Amino acid sequence: MSQTVHEQPLTAAAPAAGENGTAGTGAPAVRLSKVTKVFGRADGAPVLDNIDLTVAPGEFVCLLGASGCGKSTLLNLVAGLDKPSAGTIEVNGGRPALMFQEHALFPWLKAGKNVELALKLRGVPREQRREEAQKLLALVRLDTAYEKRVHELSGGMRQRVALARALAQSGEVLLMDEPFAALDAITRDVLHDELTRIWADTGRSVVFVTHNVREAVRLAQRVVLMSSRPGRIAREWTIDIPQPRRIESPDVSALSIEITEQLRGEIRRHGKH
Amino acid sequence: MASTDLTKTAAADVPSSDDVAGLEAGLDALETYEKDRAPLWRTALGKIGPPILAIAFMLLVWQIAYWAEVKPRYALPSPADVWDAFMVQWQAGEVHQILWVSLERAFLGFLMAIAIGTPLGLLVARVRWVRAAIGPLLSGLQSLPSVAWVPPAVIWFGLNNSAIYAVVLLGAVPSIAQGIVSGVDQVPPLFIRAGRVLGATGLLGVWHVLLPASLPGYLAGLKQGWAFSWRSLMAAELIAASPDLGYGLGQLMNQGRDLGDMPMMLTAVFMILLVGIGIELLFFSPLEKLVLRQRGLLISK
Ligand SMILES: Nc1ncnc2c1ncn2[C@@H]1O[C@H](COP(=O)(O)OP(=O)(O)O)[C@@H](O)[C@H]1O
Ligand SMILES: [Mg+2]
Repeated sequence: MSQTVHEQPLTAAAPAAGENGTAGTGAPAVRLSKVTKVFGRADGAPVLDNIDLTVAPGEFVCLLGASGCGKSTLLNLVAGLDKPSAGTIEVNGGRPALMFQEHALFPWLKAGKNVELALKLRGVPREQRREEAQKLLALVRLDTAYEKRVHELSGGMRQRVALARALAQSGEVLLMDEPFAALDAITRDVLHDELTRIWADTGRSVVFVTHNVREAVRLAQRVVLMSSRPGRIAREWTIDIPQPRRIESPDVSALSIEITEQLRGEIRRHGKH
Repeated sequence: MASTDLTKTAAADVPSSDDVAGLEAGLDALETYEKDRAPLWRTALGKIGPPILAIAFMLLVWQIAYWAEVKPRYALPSPADVWDAFMVQWQAGEVHQILWVSLERAFLGFLMAIAIGTPLGLLVARVRWVRAAIGPLLSGLQSLPSVAWVPPAVIWFGLNNSAIYAVVLLGAVPSIAQGIVSGVDQVPPLFIRAGRVLGATGLLGVWHVLLPASLPGYLAGLKQGWAFSWRSLMAAELIAASPDLGYGLGQLMNQGRDLGDMPMMLTAVFMILLVGIGIELLFFSPLEKLVLRQRGLLISK
């Protein structure tokens, strides 16, 4: 197996896309320029400080960082749930979809109707919704779950329905905020395989947030490491290990160990005051 | 797209798509289960049995008190006396009419209370200054016994149906509004955010997310609102008795008092009780259970 890892200097903020052959179409899927976020008083300490990040169309980027470094904040900004204190955010290809750590499915709707609601809000005519929802459920291999109530599904199934609902949105960009963090290891592995397949099938651009280094290396074309307080982009790695990868494979492990060292370094800095 | 060359390089130790599907199917099967439900007759028996026993016990205590003459016979008739008084009225066809007059008032009043209380509750729940202004008033009104409204209502509206409806509304609207306020307050912010991501903002968000999410609280408010409607109506009918007004349960009670006819008064009391319990058991309780069960919020043993 071949493995090439390009490390990139801190300043290379609009990278990777070209060499992966994903760019070409011009406009990036997501572009953040000098994004800063301060909660509360304007002169308070920023949670995000001057973030520059570009995601190419079809690219799979993992945002990695310790808990509390501002990953969710960043994703909420991109999703439009919150406004940056400074800087600009550009998202192309329609309103981005966002998956949360908790499935956030609506318990008053059956699984299939949850997917249909996304289709409805996007303006898909009523006659087409059911068939479309069935297709999306089939894509996450839940063909039989249409009539199921949310509470009748296991954690992994709920996240797959949530993924189907996210894919029902027209947006080209899929944002995922630690969507598998609450699942057991085997289920998570399976969902990694599924996500990789679906990403390849649908060509979405994915920004996947996690604090799990192996998960990031398992999934991403590019791993972006964030520092904490203030949240900045500390470093990034482009990963050429072919997909589908195995989370236990030596390639993934080797790179994970390297990134983990960096992450630990980042965290250690905060203890030295 | 970058994704096109992904699968080609898959090595032998990498799981194939079929492996993943199989594994996934296994996980799904292990984690889901079908609950078998007890047969209908057993659920029915379990639900109806205990209250019947309780009623039988109370009748027995009553009968013993009657035999022991705890109170003089005219003040404490036996269950059989009350039953006879009830049957006489039933056969005369009066019971249906009396019941109908009260039920019609109660339903109409309740519907009006829903129509007023629901938007009011939504306003209080969602508009900050409205909440600050009338939120406390709303909870205060809930604890005010609605009988207190009867005298002023009679003076304002006269001895007529308007006065009765005013009392019913003052009793029921605060409960219904309060119900939707607490329903909305309990909606997890995650649902609102998920809705916004899907494009359900503004009124679309209210319709597709906020209202369905707050339904359990709203139903609880409706249930209480019904109880208050009924209670307020009885208070109003009992006090605002006049020949011009339709003859309802409260008026029956009042007439019993005027005639010193204890069985008649007790008949009225039991019918008031029966309607209250009946609507709760036949309507609100199943509706509430249905909603909670759909959402997996009801643990059925
Ligand atoms: N709405 C908010 N108001 C104030 N502080 C917030 C808010 N949301 C997040 N924070 C703070 O911002 C920091 C980053 O949070 P978050 O983005 O959730 O981190 P992560 O997702 O990386 O764990 C945390 O220190 C958190 O306390
Ligand atoms: Mg987070």
